[in-house]
Amino acid sequence: MDGLIPPLLNGTAQGALLLLAALGLSLTFGQMGVINMAHGEFLMAGAFIAYLTQQVISSSDLSIPVALPLAFLGAGLLGLLVEVSIIQWMYRRPLDTLLVTVGVSLILQQAALQIFPAQGVPVEKPGWLDGQLAVLGYDWPLRQVFTLVLAALCVAALAGWLKYSSFGRRIRATVQNRDLAETSGVPTRSIDRITFFVGSGLAGVAGVAASLIGGTNSQMGTQYIIPAFLVVVAGGIGQIKGTIIAAWVVGVAMAYFADWTTGSLAQVLAFVLVVVFLQFRPQGLFTVRTRGLT
Amino acid sequence: MTVTDGSLVVTDLRVEFDGFVAVGGVSFDAHPGEVRFLIGPNGAGKTTCIDAITGLSKGSGSARLGGQELLGKPAHKIVRLGVGRTFQTASVFDELTVLQNLDIAAGLHRSSLSLLRARRGVDPAIHRALEETGLSRELATPAGILSHGQKQWLEIAMLLVQDAKVLLLDEPVAGMSLDERTATGELLGRVAATRTVLVVEHDMDFMRRFASRVTVLHQGKVLSEGSVAEVQSDPRVQEVYLGTAAAPSVMTIGREDD
Amino acid sequence: MKNLKPWLPLIGIGVLALVLLAVAPSVLSMHWINNLGKYCCWAIAAVGIGLAWGRGGMLVMGQGVFFGLGAYSMAMHLTLESAGPDSLPIFMILYDPLAPLPAFWEPFRSDLFTLLAILLLPVIVASILGYALFKSRVKGAYFAILTQALAVALAVLISSTIRETGGDTGLSDFKYFFGFVLSDDGNKLMVYLIAAALLVVCLLVVWQLGRSRFGELLIATRDAEERVRFLGYDPANIKLVAFVVAAVMASIAGAMFVPIVGIITPQEIGASASILMIAGVALGGRASLFGPALGAMAIGWGQSSLGSSWPSGWIYILGLLFILVTLFLPMGLSSLVGKVTGLVWRPRATPTATTPAPEFTAPEFTEVKK
Repeated sequence: MDGLIPPLLNGTAQGALLLLAALGLSLTFGQMGVINMAHGEFLMAGAFIAYLTQQVISSSDLSIPVALPLAFLGAGLLGLLVEVSIIQWMYRRPLDTLLVTVGVSLILQQAALQIFPAQGVPVEKPGWLDGQLAVLGYDWPLRQVFTLVLAALCVAALAGWLKYSSFGRRIRATVQNRDLAETSGVPTRSIDRITFFVGSGLAGVAGVAASLIGGTNSQMGTQYIIPAFLVVVAGGIGQIKGTIIAAWVVGVAMAYFADWTTGSLAQVLAFVLVVVFLQFRPQGLFTVRTRGLT
Repeated sequence: MTVTDGSLVVTDLRVEFDGFVAVGGVSFDAHPGEVRFLIGPNGAGKTTCIDAITGLSKGSGSARLGGQELLGKPAHKIVRLGVGRTFQTASVFDELTVLQNLDIAAGLHRSSLSLLRARRGVDPAIHRALEETGLSRELATPAGILSHGQKQWLEIAMLLVQDAKVLLLDEPVAGMSLDERTATGELLGRVAATRTVLVVEHDMDFMRRFASRVTVLHQGKVLSEGSVAEVQSDPRVQEVYLGTAAAPSVMTIGREDD
Repeated sequence: MKNLKPWLPLIGIGVLALVLLAVAPSVLSMHWINNLGKYCCWAIAAVGIGLAWGRGGMLVMGQGVFFGLGAYSMAMHLTLESAGPDSLPIFMILYDPLAPLPAFWEPFRSDLFTLLAILLLPVIVASILGYALFKSRVKGAYFAILTQALAVALAVLISSTIRETGGDTGLSDFKYFFGFVLSDDGNKLMVYLIAAALLVVCLLVVWQLGRSRFGELLIATRDAEERVRFLGYDPANIKLVAFVVAAVMASIAGAMFVPIVGIITPQEIGASASILMIAGVALGGRASLFGPALGAMAIGWGQSSLGSSWPSGWIYILGLLFILVTLFLPMGLSSLVGKVTGLVWRPRATPTATTPAPEFTAPEFTEVKK
């Protein structure tokens, strides 16, 4: 019994990080249908912004809180740039957005490799994350608790935004029938841009959290992109609730697997878990049925 | 009508979507030799009935072809038993030619190995279906550039070459010109000589001209059943149709083109 | 003359075979023959991707898995052959000289088992994975992401099992290839010729599949899966066949890659390697017969020449290629060529057929006698 608690706590924190990475995807992929393979590089951009912020504000106590909105803005603007220059031409060819953003991701990785040292950069943890929180008789590092709190805040903000502004409705209208939405007076272009900005910005926030837990380097995006997509897929399309549960389950499952086997085998097992899960609940993978066959 | 191997007998069919009852205990039957119509206002459950029979939606109750129960079988197996259908929007393979479309439809009884060979010559059944539907000249035309009516006929031709015992047609004449409707109606009459034909239709005029027997659905239940004249004189049917703005006048008898 | 057109692809394959098997060996240096052999391997995998993605609509982003199955099967065999009977591979001795050979290595001492593994392992894995995914109707982006996830998972697994698979350093230093000394130029040429011949065979297989009824059915499934279901076919089975064929081709490619390149590492089978395989297919034209193979060769050439002389620039070019091809030439370069030569698979409307159908065509069949 004793050995069961630490993986639960670790896994919960890992799941929270996954959730942060997946949250933006659930918006751009789940709501807009864009398969953004550069999402991991937007996350990387957020991590590098955290590093750059620390170069200006030397106190790490202060720099991380400052870096969070900056990372959101920076990654968001990066996303906006990609949307305006490339993705806006591809809304009618969703699968092709995958290929196009693979290209974007390669370019961003290479750019990061040339701008920053190849071995990566250190991001210092703020002093107020040094302690531990006593949970169920175990010391839960505040660093992990911070990820969890950050994820919770982002989920609450996103859910609130989608629910209490007319935005959620407009996004759905745009996705489900672009032409009809346009003729009904929905400004589809600005909806696309704002949604993509927010989705990418969330990746930036996730990047700051990731920089406090793992290394900050040009390859870090590739670690997160596939697990994040798996979480969105398993959670069901456009379902924030589903994404939360999936992220937590995958995170905790991987922590237990890693505890019993090895970290790498855990990844393999987590993948198998998702595929098996999809056997039993393929719902949400279907498109909405119509009377014609499309 | 006597039940034959080619008869479709639906008993107490129910379809629910998340608690919403789309079809609530519908029974009807259709036999070779008649052009059977299923009509009703929007939302009556006509298409849903067909979806359930063909395995697209889950339904309970019973739908039998001859002695075979259809419900619960996967869609492609139901087709292999001899139940073919069309869709409201013409669903042909736009990138393939008319011949290739028909060849695929004709192929369901071929062995897997023969699929690996290229097509040589044209199946006689395909020639017969092309003549029957008047598409002979379009053999090499990509299906995507056929006119709307021609696509619908191609779909019917595909059902003929796949040798369906039961043809379920979902609004086959929607969007067709009057002449195309007449041609389609006559085609269905000829097809029905040897096969069971069930047509879901909104167009009351078309129904009146070509139906042998009609079942009227309303809110997921059978409202009335019988010949065209019987159904038209049924006060409940008149109430439903007069009560809805959708099609008040089409049920009246004796239009100029009759 | 009018019957020539269906045979044009065959003539094209013949020309390619002539160039690869006869012309290239007589004009190229051994260095370039070896490089060309490597490109042929990527081209073999690409031909399979063309079938699965271009014709079948399945964006297979994890072909590195099957490439890896073939490559590691071959590499384990060659490693054992180089080590000699009853001895451990050198990397295992360095790791722990007393430990026994892992059980799954043992059968790879056999030539026959190795060849069977190269052909059958991808069949087994692709069948299980494909069956699971296609039956639960996973498609499009979901399919692409799940296959890519599998490639990542396999690469991670191999990286971490240093004792069993050599980990990140991979397997290398192969001395023999089924009894032939690999350092010998004549034998190197032979290995190249096998790879080139296999590429020709794969092209022939895909050509035949493309002109067969199965090929038409596959296109039909790609364009309207649900409609195919209502013609009495199970689309899952149709896609499964294409997926498995593509997997076997990737495995063959991986198996030949090993003796030609002399090393296999997890980097060659992971996410970026799988994406590189896609790049060539997208560039060449996924739906065409020759596009994937030629595209893969072009990307392979860029990878090994530009990639080593100007690595950062090559990545930028690759990235831009993805963006520009997808934006402006979704059907690849062959869609330009195809208009001229008719080598592209997609059926094209003949000039008479593109004239709009007459507005009034209906009553024709009312006159047809029963």
